[in-house]
Amino acid sequence: MLGKLTIDALPFYSWVAMGGAVVTVLGGLAVAATIMRLGVRYTWSEWLTTVDHKRIGIMYIMLALVMLLRGFADAIMMRAQQAVAFNSDGYLPPDHFDQIFSSHGTIMIFFMAMPFLSGLMNLVVPQQIGARDVAFPFMNSVSLWLSAAGAGLVLISLVIGTFSTAGWTGYPPYSGLEYSPDVGVDYWIWAVLIAGVGSTLTGINFIVTILKRRAPGMTLMRMPLFTWTAFCTSVLMTFAFPALTVACALLALDRTFGMHFFTNTGGGNPMNYINLFWMWGHPEVYILILPAFGIFSEVVATFSRKRLFGYASLVLATASIAILSFTVWLHHFFTMGAGANVNAVFGIATMVIAVPTGVKVFDWLFTMFRGRIEFHPSMLWTLGFIVSFVIGGMTGVLLALPPADYLMHNSVFLVAHFHNMIIPGVLFGYFAGYMYWFPKAFGFKLNEQWGKRSFWCWVIGFYLAFMPLYVLGFMGMPRRMEHYNAPEWQPYLIVAMLGVCIILLGIVCMIVQIMVSIRQRNKALDLTGDPWNGRTLEWLTSSPAAPYNFAVLPEVCDRDAFHDMKVHGIAYRRPARYEDIEMPKSTAAGVLLGAFAFLLGFAMIWHIWWLAIASALAAAATLIARGCNDDTEYVLPASEVQRIEDGRYEVMASIVRAGATEGEPVAARKPSLERAT
Amino acid sequence: MNLPAVIPALPHADRAEAYEQRAFGFWLYLMSDALIFALLFATYVVMAPNTDGGPTGQTLFSLSRAFVETLLLLFSSAAFGVAAVAMAAGKKAEVLRWLLVTFILGLAFVAMEIDEFRGMVLAGAGPDRSGFLSAFFTLVGTHGLHVSAGLIWILVMIGQIAVKGLTAPVASRLSRLGLFWHFLDIVWVGIFSVVYLPGVM
Amino acid sequence: MQHENAETGHGLSPYITGLVLALILTAIPFALVATGLLPKPATLSAIMAAAVVQILVHLRYFLHLDLKSTPRENLLALLFAAVLIFFMVGGTFWIMVDLHHRMMM
Repeated sequence: MLGKLTIDALPFYSWVAMGGAVVTVLGGLAVAATIMRLGVRYTWSEWLTTVDHKRIGIMYIMLALVMLLRGFADAIMMRAQQAVAFNSDGYLPPDHFDQIFSSHGTIMIFFMAMPFLSGLMNLVVPQQIGARDVAFPFMNSVSLWLSAAGAGLVLISLVIGTFSTAGWTGYPPYSGLEYSPDVGVDYWIWAVLIAGVGSTLTGINFIVTILKRRAPGMTLMRMPLFTWTAFCTSVLMTFAFPALTVACALLALDRTFGMHFFTNTGGGNPMNYINLFWMWGHPEVYILILPAFGIFSEVVATFSRKRLFGYASLVLATASIAILSFTVWLHHFFTMGAGANVNAVFGIATMVIAVPTGVKVFDWLFTMFRGRIEFHPSMLWTLGFIVSFVIGGMTGVLLALPPADYLMHNSVFLVAHFHNMIIPGVLFGYFAGYMYWFPKAFGFKLNEQWGKRSFWCWVIGFYLAFMPLYVLGFMGMPRRMEHYNAPEWQPYLIVAMLGVCIILLGIVCMIVQIMVSIRQRNKALDLTGDPWNGRTLEWLTSSPAAPYNFAVLPEVCDRDAFHDMKVHGIAYRRPARYEDIEMPKSTAAGVLLGAFAFLLGFAMIWHIWWLAIASALAAAATLIARGCNDDTEYVLPASEVQRIEDGRYEVMASIVRAGATEGEPVAARKPSLERAT
Repeated sequence: MNLPAVIPALPHADRAEAYEQRAFGFWLYLMSDALIFALLFATYVVMAPNTDGGPTGQTLFSLSRAFVETLLLLFSSAAFGVAAVAMAAGKKAEVLRWLLVTFILGLAFVAMEIDEFRGMVLAGAGPDRSGFLSAFFTLVGTHGLHVSAGLIWILVMIGQIAVKGLTAPVASRLSRLGLFWHFLDIVWVGIFSVVYLPGVM
Repeated sequence: MQHENAETGHGLSPYITGLVLALILTAIPFALVATGLLPKPATLSAIMAAAVVQILVHLRYFLHLDLKSTPRENLLALLFAAVLIFFMVGGTFWIMVDLHHRMMM
């Protein structure tokens, strides 16, 4: 009846595991309590079933921040273990330590970074291109709930059963049935598979949105840079995720049906898994970093009060990175035993890909050159990124040399390298975007003081935590060590532990920042929709934007479209009349599909076949019912649009009347509120 | 938010644009799916020699069966084309008739494939026998699952046309089903050329 | 593309042309294998050539792709997918064959 699931799956075997389970259950209860407090009906009808890209974006980012806390808890536990585990067992048994590093990587890549970037894209891209929504709002909701279903599987593995011990890459034959007979790897496979399908759909959705839904006049070379990077990322998602799907599906077939794709015996070939996995894995790195590059480009132009330097070169660099990223995957397994020619070709391709990235760094520097730089927290994240990322880039080029890679492979040097790319590159970028676009999502600004404190903690903590790992890598310390007996390693590991503690302070600062900002939101309201004197179209809408974003689709005449409108004094011109707007209806199908995917994954993990069949049928029935529905849109009448827009102009007029003494940028710009005739 | 009464009618141009976007989105999905098949093909070719002392393609594959399967799928694809032409001409009964032909040919294809798989499993040549057979069953089976999903979709469309008639949304869905169905025939060309023909040689 | 049927009014003729061509391109490789007329490498090359041409026939006559009326982004997406298939499949063969030689021979 319940397959392999028995009472033994509950974590009564270790205090640490039970602690994790209790925290997870309490977290679930907290979410339930929040929903109850907001009202079940309100949460259901306004959030869970919504197809509004802005709300979907907010939910993605909330998921990402929650998973960031979970992934960080894993990180600090690993650092604590390694700081004390010299000639001792530390406090974590090996099996548990292995689960922690596996879930840390899995969570940070799939359930922190991916939802964060999908959330930012959802929130910003449609507004940036002057669109009312994404091309496929319902599919957008499906993507969100598939990601959430995958995240749910990872979280529940802490309570029921165990998680994978095979690392976030799940290499066979270790991840095969022979060496990992318990459900851990299955949790990993199904979480990644389900979330991966969601990401593929997001990719398709945003390619169509960006190519087909741009405002009139917005040619490709007038698209804001974040939109460009979102486009390239979407292309990578659509075309790279199939490789992950194949790799994970074949591993699942090996484990569930005893097939021989990657086994040691029966004619299997484990190296093919590694080949398939990294065919996705390398483009994935750029899926994560490209949107961050886009955010830095927006932030650096806005807070330097200058047009972005070298726009065309940034676009070209982004596009060439996107294509080149498909040609370098073998550098993740130079030591697999390929011949010199193979390794040399992939090594050179890897070095070539550093060139467009270097071009970008110069473009950002020249944008700042002679600009009037304002040190908003988003700008600090950007500056911290530029300095730190260059270090990570250099160690990357070092690792691109196959002979050097043979020395550094599988050491903590590698761990330091990719954290050096992903923390200052990806994460700082998303934080910059989070603080930059927060007012657009919620209508008030985040507290800058706490933002700056958080930045300094993160950047100092990062250097303390990861520079010692470069040294340790040269000293020969392998990654993923549960304990060790080399006395010279311990001091460095203690410094790294200190670094992680400072990063913890950074996270605390961010939590305080949210709480302080909410409490003092009336002092930091963004009434104009344009808190930073922005240059791109998303600042034209109100904060938060109306459900339809733009009452009248804007006409784009320049690259920095909104800046251009402000210069010509036409930014806030009232249209002569409003028209009816067609809007997508909310639907429960997305959240239901997510729930069925979760059940399907859970059933496949525990071999509960009847549940697997039932949830697959239920998902198919939901899809068919949705596919037969012709009534998926409603019309927001012009009178309602007029009411919403009049309210906005009233607020803006009141700011102008009040004289806006506190240096509000709107005072200088004097929005022209006259009705165009 | 309290929304006012719903007003249906919408400008025709917006609709056409929305259908065009859906067609493009579906095309992108097909490209993504094509990559899945490409990697399954690559895996099959890499693993084809790994028979682990078990049965090989020469003993397992039947040239005549593969040929009949090929014809079934090809004629099914062409039958869908006739349905599409009938749809453009607005002939509802004819669309239904040719969709039914498409469905029956597709169903016969799936039945033959299931029979082939059953025979192989019974003969001790199941997917867990060797790396070669794992790759074979997964590649051909994935295609078979796609065809089966297509069959369900055809049934759903038959139902929609019967109930709603050839309305614009129904026609738009039928055109995407067409893309899917022809795409699966292209994948099958790859399967008989990479799996069956070299296999029996 | 199919939905353009309604607009551009393809008749039955492309489907008939496509069907006939596809039948011929299917019959040739099957006949070659059944009769064993050519040596093995030549037969394999013929199979692959017939497959590539047949795929193009399907794209042209069943999916109605052509360089003029098909939207440019659809063609670009197809081209991009083809390039990636070349990278991924070609790369896999190169990597795995190289490995095979070094590990097992």
